[in-house]
Amino acid sequence: MKLTLRIWRQSGATGRLVEYVLDDLSPDMSFLEMLDVLNERLITEGQEPVAFDHDCREGICGMCGLMINGMAHGPEKATTACQLHLRHFRDGDVVTVEPWRAEPFPVVRDLVVDRSAFDRIVAAGGYVSVPAGSAPDAHATPVPKPDADTAFEAAACIGCGACVAACPNGSAMLFTAAKATHLGVLPQGQPERYSRARDMVAEHDASGFGGCTNTGECTSACPKGIPLTTIARLNADLLRAHTTRSDR
Amino acid sequence: MDTIGLYRTTVGKKVVMAVTGAGLLLYVVVHMLGNLTVFSGPDAINGYGHWLREIGAVWPTRVALLACVTLHFVAAYQLTAKARKARGRYEHRRRVQGSYAARTMRWGGVIIALFVVYHLLDLTVGWLNPNGIPGEIHANVVADFQHWYVVLAYAIAVLALGFHIRHGVWSAIQTLGVTTSRVIGLGVAVAICAGFLSVPFAVFTGLVS
Amino acid sequence: MYFTEGSPIADQRVPAGPIETRWDRRRFSARLVNPANRRNRSVIVVGTGLAGGSAAATLGELGYQVKSFCYQDSPRRAHSIAAQGGINAAKNYRNDGDSVHRLFYDTVKGGDFRSRESNVHRLAQVSVEIIDQCVAQGVPFAREYGGLLDTRSFGGAQVSRTFYARGQTGQQLLLGAYQALERQVAAGRVEMHPRTEMLDLIVVDGRARGIVVRDLVSGAVSTHFADAVVLATGGYGNVFHLSTNAKGCNATAIWRAHRRGALFANPCFTQIHPTCIPISGDHQSKLTLMSESLRNDGRVWVPRDRNDTRAPNDIPEADRDYFLERMYPAFGNLVPRDIASRAAKNISDEKRGVYLDFADAIARLGALAVEQRYGNLFEMYQRITGDDPYRTPMRIYPAVHYTMGGLWVDYDLRSTIPGLFVIGEANFSDHGANRLGASALMQGLADGYFVLPGVIGDYLADAPFGPVDDSHPMVADTVSEVRGRVKTLLAVDGDRTVESFHRELGRLMWDECGMERDEAGLRKALERIPELREEFWQRVKVPGTGERLNQELEKAGRVADFFELAELMCVDALHRRESCGGHFRSESQTEDGEALRDDANFSYVAAWEYTGVGRPPVLHKEELVFEHVTPSTRSYA
Repeated sequence: MKLTLRIWRQSGATGRLVEYVLDDLSPDMSFLEMLDVLNERLITEGQEPVAFDHDCREGICGMCGLMINGMAHGPEKATTACQLHLRHFRDGDVVTVEPWRAEPFPVVRDLVVDRSAFDRIVAAGGYVSVPAGSAPDAHATPVPKPDADTAFEAAACIGCGACVAACPNGSAMLFTAAKATHLGVLPQGQPERYSRARDMVAEHDASGFGGCTNTGECTSACPKGIPLTTIARLNADLLRAHTTRSDR
Repeated sequence: MDTIGLYRTTVGKKVVMAVTGAGLLLYVVVHMLGNLTVFSGPDAINGYGHWLREIGAVWPTRVALLACVTLHFVAAYQLTAKARKARGRYEHRRRVQGSYAARTMRWGGVIIALFVVYHLLDLTVGWLNPNGIPGEIHANVVADFQHWYVVLAYAIAVLALGFHIRHGVWSAIQTLGVTTSRVIGLGVAVAICAGFLSVPFAVFTGLVS
Repeated sequence: MYFTEGSPIADQRVPAGPIETRWDRRRFSARLVNPANRRNRSVIVVGTGLAGGSAAATLGELGYQVKSFCYQDSPRRAHSIAAQGGINAAKNYRNDGDSVHRLFYDTVKGGDFRSRESNVHRLAQVSVEIIDQCVAQGVPFAREYGGLLDTRSFGGAQVSRTFYARGQTGQQLLLGAYQALERQVAAGRVEMHPRTEMLDLIVVDGRARGIVVRDLVSGAVSTHFADAVVLATGGYGNVFHLSTNAKGCNATAIWRAHRRGALFANPCFTQIHPTCIPISGDHQSKLTLMSESLRNDGRVWVPRDRNDTRAPNDIPEADRDYFLERMYPAFGNLVPRDIASRAAKNISDEKRGVYLDFADAIARLGALAVEQRYGNLFEMYQRITGDDPYRTPMRIYPAVHYTMGGLWVDYDLRSTIPGLFVIGEANFSDHGANRLGASALMQGLADGYFVLPGVIGDYLADAPFGPVDDSHPMVADTVSEVRGRVKTLLAVDGDRTVESFHRELGRLMWDECGMERDEAGLRKALERIPELREEFWQRVKVPGTGERLNQELEKAGRVADFFELAELMCVDALHRRESCGGHFRSESQTEDGEALRDDANFSYVAAWEYTGVGRPPVLHKEELVFEHVTPSTRSYA
C-alpha cells in the first residue's frame, strides 16, 4: 500500500511539516515500522532520519507518542502508536504526524518531546513511603478485590502523555489522578493519601499544565482507558487535604 | 481550612466555580419558578414581584449574585489564561471528541453574560423594553415577546444557558469529588430550558396576553 | 585457536557452612558504613529497571549519595516494564508443598545444574521478602475475593507460587521501584540522569571509580565519579536483532566493563521463549512475547501432517498433535521454556509456527473467565496480528527473550573489577543455563532491594579511595577513547545503514548460535562475524552530528559492541561441547533428542577475559559444586 506522510521536522526552535511518499508498505507493519522504513530510505539518500521516541514496541513502556492525523496515538481506541498497524489505514491516505504539543512538553527534536514534568509530579508524592526491609507480611492486610481492581485499573497508566497532548487545556490531571487513585484506594496508601493529592497537584500546576475542565478528551485518547472517575477521586482527596487540619 | 492554598491550585479555582455556579443555578431555578407565575395572570406575577421587594429580598440577592458572578468569572478567566498557555497548537487537529457543551463552556459563558446585561436593561431597568414601566412586570413581558427577534434572542440565550448547565452541573459535581452520571446535568438543563422558554412561546403564540 | 585457558577462579566469596544460614552469616560478617558516613559515600547505578531502580532507591534510603542513569526519557520506561506473567516467591500461601528449599531446588534444576547453589538459595530466601515489600509499596497484585493474594503456576514448577498483576506484573513492580526511586530523587539522595548513556567505565588504580556518559540530547560527553559503580543494564538479547527486548536494550555498558577487565560469564546461555508472535515480514523490528502464563490454560498443538494447509479450526481433533502433552505428560504444556522451544522448533518452522489453543479453556471456564485472566494479552495479540484468539487459535513461535549469561559476579555481586557491582539480568549469577518463568523479576528485585544493599557496605567501608577527577591520566584516556569512537562512527560516512548490519548479524546469530548449535555452524559464524565487523567500520553510514540528539549514532555504537559480543558468544558456544538448558549442541543429545549434559567435563561457569578485538579470549573456570541438589538428567516427562 501507499501512504503520503506529512511529518513534523524540527531541529531548532521552530519546525515545519515535510511531505514524504512511501510505496510498498505492508498492512501488517506497525506505524513505527513504517517510520523505520522511511528512515532507512532517508539515511541511504544522505538525509537525517526522523527522530521519534520508542522502546518496547509492545504498548507498555509509554515511550512512543505521536499525534497521528490530529489524534493522540492515532485512530484506534486503546492502542499506542507502536501497536497501531497500517491495516487501519487506506491505500493512498495522507497522514499527518506531529509531536505531543503542550507548554510543559517542549519539543526536543522532530517528534521527540521532553516529558520530565511527569517524573516531577510522581516525585512530589506519587509513592508510598516504605523503605526496603520495613514491610509486614504481604497477607497482613487483606485488600478487598474490588479495591485491588480499581487500583490496578488506575495503575495501568503508562505515562505516555497522550492525555496532555489531547487535552484542550494542556492538563495532566488524568495522569496525576491515575497515580492518586492507584495508591489512594489501597490500604497501604492511606497514611499519605491527602498529602499526596495536595503535593502532586501543586507540582502539576507548577509545571505549567492547565486545569481540568472535565471535557473527557484525555480518557478517550488514553491507550489504557484510565477512567475520568479517577479525577473526581483526586479532587475529593485534594479538597479534604485543604479543608482538614490534621494533614498539614 | 486552607482556603487560599486551595484557591492557588487549578482544582481550587474549579471548586470556586462549582460553588458559585451552584449559587447561580439556585437563583436561576427560583427565577424560573417566578416566571411561571405569569401563567396565573397579571396579578400573580406583579404581586410576586411586589412581594419580593416588600420582604427585602431584592438587594441582598443582587449583592450575592454579583459576588458569585465575579468569582465565577475571575476563576474562569484565570483558568482560561493558564490553559491557553499550557495547551499545544497543532497543525492538524481532529475536532475535539468531548461533548459540544463541554467545548463551549467559555463562549457560552460570555453569551450568557452579554444576555444578562441586555436582560437587566430590558426587564429590570426598562430602558430597552417597549412598555418599560417598572412594576408592570406582566405588561413588560407581554410587550417584549410580541417581537420575534426578542423571542429569538431570548431563546438563544436560554439554550446557551442550557448547554452551560448541562456540562457545568456534571463538571461541578466531578470537581467536588463525586462521580455521577452525566445524565443529571442533562436533566437539569432540559428542565430549566423548558421552564424559561415556555413564557416567550406562550406570549408569542397568544396563550398569555 | 579460538581461546586460551587461564587460571580457575578460586574465590567466590561464598560463606562456608550450612546453605540455609549462609546469607545471614554473610550479612553479619559484612562490614557496615555508619549512617553519618554514608552521605559521604557515593554510588553510581546505571540502568533503572527492576534491579537498578530498586537498588538506587534502596541505597538512597540507606543514606548514600546515588547517581542514577538511564538512556530512556524516564526511569519508568526500562524494559522490565514489559514483563508480563509474574514473580515467584516461596510463600507457600497455597499450602501446596512449596518452600524455600523447593524454589531453590526447582531453580537449580530448571537451570540445568549450571548455577551456583549458594546464590540460588539466597534468591529463594529473599523471594518472600520481595512480595512483602512490593505489597507495602502498593503494587496491585491480583487478589481473590477474600482479599488475599492470588497465585498461578509457571513452567518448570508443580506448585502455584507465581504472584501476578494481570498480564502486567513487570509494569506494576517497576512502577513500585520507580516511585521509591522518585521519592529519593525528591529527598535529594538520588540524582537522576535520564536520556544519558554510559559509554565506558573509568578504572583508576584497579578500582571502578566512575563512568563516561553521553548526554543523548546535547551530545555532550562527560564523566561521573563515585566510590562504587553498579551496572544494572539488562541483557544482550538484541544481539539477535529480533528479540522480545526493547529496541534500545543493549550490551554497551557490560561490554565496555568487560573490555576494562570484568570477566564475562556463560555468554552463550540465551533463552528462547516458546510463545511469541511469529515474524510477519522483512519490516519486522521486534518480536512480541505472549506470556508463559497462557500455557496454564492454552494447549499447544500442530497438525499431524506437516503439509496440512487447512485453517486451524478446520483441522479435526484426530489430526492434531498436542506434542507437549504427548512428550511430557507430567508437566504437559508447562514444561520449561528451553524444552518447549526446542520441541516447537523440531516439529514446525518459523513460517508456520505452532498453535496455542484456548477452545478447551473457553468451553471449560467460559469466555469471561478466560478474558479476566488473559484479556489484555488476547487484545495485544489481536492488535498485532488482526486475528481474534477467542475464535482462532493463536499462532506462536519461539523467539530470543532473555540472556542468562552476563558479567561474572561473586556471592557479593562483585565483578572481577573491584568496586564494580553487577545486578539483575546484566550478571550471570542465578539462572544457570536456563531461567524459569517469573524468576527474572524475582532476581532483579532481590539484587536491588536486598542483596546489593546488604553487602555493598563491606566494600564502601574501605572508602574513600583517593581523589579522582578529569585530569587523572586514566580518566583523560578513557574520555578521549569515547570521543574518538563517536567521531569515527560519524566519519566513516559509508553506504550501509546501521540497521542493515544489525539485521545481518542477527540473522547469522539466530541461524548459527540460536536454538540449536553445532560445530560447523559456529565455526562459520566465527569466520563471518569478524568480516562483518570490519565491513561495519568501513561502510556504516551515520548521518548528522554528535552534538545533539542523534538516534542513529546511539544505535551505531550499540551495534558495534554487539559484533564483539557476538563473537564471544560463539566462542563460548563452540567450547561448551555439551547441551544444557538454553544451549543445545546437536552433537550432544539423547536418543529422544533431549539435551545431554556432560557433567564430567563442563560442570563449570565459563568466565572469559578480554584480550583485544578479534584476539582469542582467556577462559577462567569456576567449578560448580553441588552439595544440596544432585545433578540428574532433567526429566519433565
